Amino acid sequence: MNTPDPSLNSFRNQPDERGHFGQFGGRYVAETLMPLVLDLEREYKAAKIDPAFKAQFDDLLEHYVGRPSPLYYAERLTEECRKNAPSGKGAQIWFKRDELNHTGAHKINNCIGQILLAIRMGKTRIIAETGAGQHGVATATVCARFGLPCVIYMGAKDVERQQPNVFRMKLLGAEVVPVTSGANTLKDAMNEALRDWVANVHDTFYIIGTTAGPHPYPELVRDFQSVIGKEARAQMLSRINRLPDLLVAAIGGGSNAIGLFHPFLDDEAVQMLGIEAAGHGLDKEHAASLAGGRPGILHGNKTYLLQDEDGQIAEAHSISAGLDYPGIGPEHSWLKEIGRVRYDSVTDTEALDAFQLLCRTEGIIPALEPSHAIAAVARGEDGSGSDHPGQSVWAWRQGYFHCR
Amino acid sequence: MPFTDPMADGPAIQKANIRSLEAGTTTADIFAHATAFRARHPQVPLVLMGYANPMTIRGADWFADQCVKAGVDGVICVDIPPEEDAELGPALRSAGVDLIRLATPTSDAARLPAILDGSSGFLYYVSVAGITGLQQAAQSSIEEAVARLKAATDIPVAVGFGVRTPEQAAAIAKVADGVVVGSAIVELVAQHGANAAGPVREYVASLKAAINSAWLNFEVRLKI
Ligand SMILES: Cc1ncc(COP(=O)(O)O)c(C=O)c1O
Repeated sequence: MNTPDPSLNSFRNQPDERGHFGQFGGRYVAETLMPLVLDLEREYKAAKIDPAFKAQFDDLLEHYVGRPSPLYYAERLTEECRKNAPSGKGAQIWFKRDELNHTGAHKINNCIGQILLAIRMGKTRIIAETGAGQHGVATATVCARFGLPCVIYMGAKDVERQQPNVFRMKLLGAEVVPVTSGANTLKDAMNEALRDWVANVHDTFYIIGTTAGPHPYPELVRDFQSVIGKEARAQMLSRINRLPDLLVAAIGGGSNAIGLFHPFLDDEAVQMLGIEAAGHGLDKEHAASLAGGRPGILHGNKTYLLQDEDGQIAEAHSISAGLDYPGIGPEHSWLKEIGRVRYDSVTDTEALDAFQLLCRTEGIIPALEPSHAIAAVARGEDGSGSDHPGQSVWAWRQGYFHCR
Repeated sequence: MPFTDPMADGPAIQKANIRSLEAGTTTADIFAHATAFRARHPQVPLVLMGYANPMTIRGADWFADQCVKAGVDGVICVDIPPEEDAELGPALRSAGVDLIRLATPTSDAARLPAILDGSSGFLYYVSVAGITGLQQAAQSSIEEAVARLKAATDIPVAVGFGVRTPEQAAAIAKVADGVVVGSAIVELVAQHGANAAGPVREYVASLKAAINSAWLNFEVRLKI
C-alpha cells in the first residue's frame, strides 16, 4: 500500500494559513506575544523545508531518543480480550511502544523538534509547562543536551503526585516552579508559563508539551509527533502486510493521539478512537472536554473546553496528571466535528483495572495515561465484535507515576 | 470582567478574578452593574475589559447587544489580536461599541497598521512586555513609544501597566492622552473590601490632581 496522494481531497492538509482547523485553532494571544508567534510560524515554515533541519531531527531521534520504537504484538493481552469475544473473533492487539524512548514517553519527540527551532531562532532560555512531569522531564533533557537554562512550571498538586519526575527534572538541571493558582494542575501551569513568556519574549522559547497553544504550536507538535504514526504504519505493513482496522490512543491535550492518527487519516479503512479521561464519571468531575464541553477560547486557541454557561473554565479531574486538562488540541475538535475520528472516555477506576491487567498479562508497567486507552480496548472497543479479526495499534507511553 | 484564567495578569489582578468568581459574579451581574452605573453617570465613559471566552461564549452579537443595552462605550479584550478580529470586532463595530486594541513594546512599525485598522475609542499602550502590576517602564521608553503611536493615529493614546504613583501618572500625562491604573486600585479594594470606596476615591483624586497639574504646566509651557 502506498502513501495516499496528498493532492487528493485530504484530511491531512489542515490547518489553513491562519492556523484554523475548521472553526477551531487560531491565535488568541495577548498582543505582546503576537509578533513572536508570527516569527515562530515563519521559522517553522523555513525549517520544514530545510533538509539540514530534518537531518538533524532524524539523527537525534535515531541516536539520542532510540527510534524507531518497536511495534509489539501483545499476544497475552490479545488472548485475554478474546475470552469475551465470540469464538474465532476478536482483535489482535499491537502496541506502538513509545515508552521505550529515552525519558520514557512520546514527549521527547516533540521536545527535540522544538529545541532545534528555539536554537534556530537564537533563543537562549527555555520554559515549559508539565502535568505528569513527562513533558517536563523531556524538556529538561533536551535543555541539558543543548546547554540551555530551563524553567518548568508544574501545578503544586502535580508536584506532589509526580515526585519522581520532579526529582528527575532537578537532576537534569531544570528549575521546577510549583504553581499555586486555580486547581494547581496542568491548566494553571500553562497559565503561568504563558505569563513568564509574555515577560521574557526577547530571549525565551516556550516548548509547549501538547497540541495546544496558539498556531503554529498545534501544527508543529503534531508534525513532530507524527513520527509515531509514520513508523507504526510502515511497521504494520512490513510485519503483517496490512493496515490496522482501528487505532486507539489516550488524550490529554492530544499529542500522542494526533501523532499516531495523522499519518493514517487518509487511509479510509482505518478507524480511530481517542480516549478522554472520564475521571469519577461523566456526570461528576472529569477531564473529557469533547464529551462534556463545548467550543470556547483558552490558551491561544479555540477548541472544546469544559466550562460553565458564562465561559468560565471548569476544573478538570483525572487520576492521571497527564490527562487532567479541561481542553483538547484543536485538530481533535475538528476531527470530531467532521466525524473522521471517534472519541470516547474511560473512568479512573476502569483505567486502574486496565493498568493491572497490562502489568500481569504483558509484563509491562504502563503509565496511567495509556491505561485509559487499554481500558477502552479491554472493554471491547477494539473491533472484537466485528466479523474479521481486527488489529489495533495504540501509541503506548509509559511514565513514572506515584504509586499509592 | 473576571475570568478563571487571566493569562496576562499578575498576582493582584489574578486574586481579584478569583475573589470575584468565588463570590459568584456572573456575566449578568456585570451588565447589571454597568446598567446601574450608566443610569447614575450618563457622561462617564465606561469600558469593559477581560478575556475572549466570557465575551464570545454566547456569540459576539449577543455580547455587543448587551454592551449597547447597558450603555457600555468600549471593550478591551486581552486575547483577541487583529488576526482573530472576526471573533468579536465586526459585532462590536456594527453595534457602535469601540474595540480598544493594545499596542505593546513588541508591536513594531510593520505591525502597527494591523493593530490600528479597526481600533477605535483609544489605543491602549501596554508599556511593558509582561503581566499586569509588576514592573514599570522607563519614562524615556514610554515617551518614545507614544510619539511613534501618535504619529500613526489620531485616536487618543492611553498608557498603562505598572503605573502606581501620582508622579508616574503625571509624567505619562505629559505625553499621552490617558493613564491606565489597574493593580494599584485592585489592591486597595483587596485591602479594604466593602469599605474600599473612600480609599479608592482618595487615591484616584491624588492621581487626577497630579495629572491636572501636569496638563496645566504643559499648557502654560505651550503658551510661553
Ligand atoms: C505517558 C503520557 N501519555 C499521554 C499524555 C497526555 O498528553 P497527550 O495527550 O498530549 O499525548 C501524557 C502527558 O503528560 C503522558 O505523560
